[in-house]
Amino acid sequence: MEQSHILAFIKSTRNVFETMLQLSVEVGTPVLSTVPDSSFDVSAIIGMSGDLDGSVVLSFRRETAMRLVSIFCGTEVADDAEDLIDAVGELANMITGGAKAQLDGKKVTISCPSVVIGAQHSVHGSKDLVRMSIPCSYDCGEFTVEVAVRPSSASSQDQTVISSAEAA
Amino acid sequence: MKILLVDDSKTMRTIQKSILTQMGHTEIEEAVDGVDALSKVGSFKPELLLVDWNMPKMDGLTFVKEYRAMDTSTPIIMVTTEAEKSRVIDAIKAGVNNYVVKPFTPDVLSQRIEETMTKAAA
Repeated sequence: MEQSHILAFIKSTRNVFETMLQLSVEVGTPVLSTVPDSSFDVSAIIGMSGDLDGSVVLSFRRETAMRLVSIFCGTEVADDAEDLIDAVGELANMITGGAKAQLDGKKVTISCPSVVIGAQHSVHGSKDLVRMSIPCSYDCGEFTVEVAVRPSSASSQDQTVISSAEAA
Repeated sequence: MKILLVDDSKTMRTIQKSILTQMGHTEIEEAVDGVDALSKVGSFKPELLLVDWNMPKMDGLTFVKEYRAMDTSTPIIMVTTEAEKSRVIDAIKAGVNNYVVKPFTPDVLSQRIEETMTKAAA
């Protein structure tokens, strides 16, 4: 993974929040993620393929996601509602799409988002992918954008596994 | 003016519908993907379409091509995260009249709509 990839996701995250939500995002120092964080309750996962393979995971604690989605939708949303899933997925879609557009000369396709809702789950990806976790915060709480991408290899496949802290 | 919103995200349809309502538009139909949109265009007869690109069942580009085979004049604005120049060119070749990249502000979307309709009327 190149530094430019991480910078693209940082810039895109800020742009999405400022443009669609009128919220300023503080971005912390990206860290190498060796052990999946199991403190999240809502995660949106987007796959990437083409010149770059990998995945992007946008994760929140439940309360933070609920507040954020209420701002995004302009109304209060019910817990575990279809609206919550849709809005979080769309945020991940825009963040990933915006980052993709900054990857000069790279042809990359992104998947439709998958959203996981479950108390204290963790998202596991391929062990041979380097994962960088970008900690972010805004007025209503904290969230993480985890990026795991690499130049395409035709012989490898990315597998994403989700586990709950209770089952672990 | 009758407007068809085509996006698999209910959140994005809600946001766009809110912007359109604030512009004074009230005849708004929604479709969740290209297949759904094709099933509605015949009866609804939109005068403007706002179309997302990445959707399940039938993506926006495929929908635009199929729609243009039936209707070559109704304005279409693509509203999408796909921002690369090559994608914009593909969309224009397919028959899209204008392009809005997500994320967008209400001002950008409303300006793009007005600009598209002004050009269509000329």
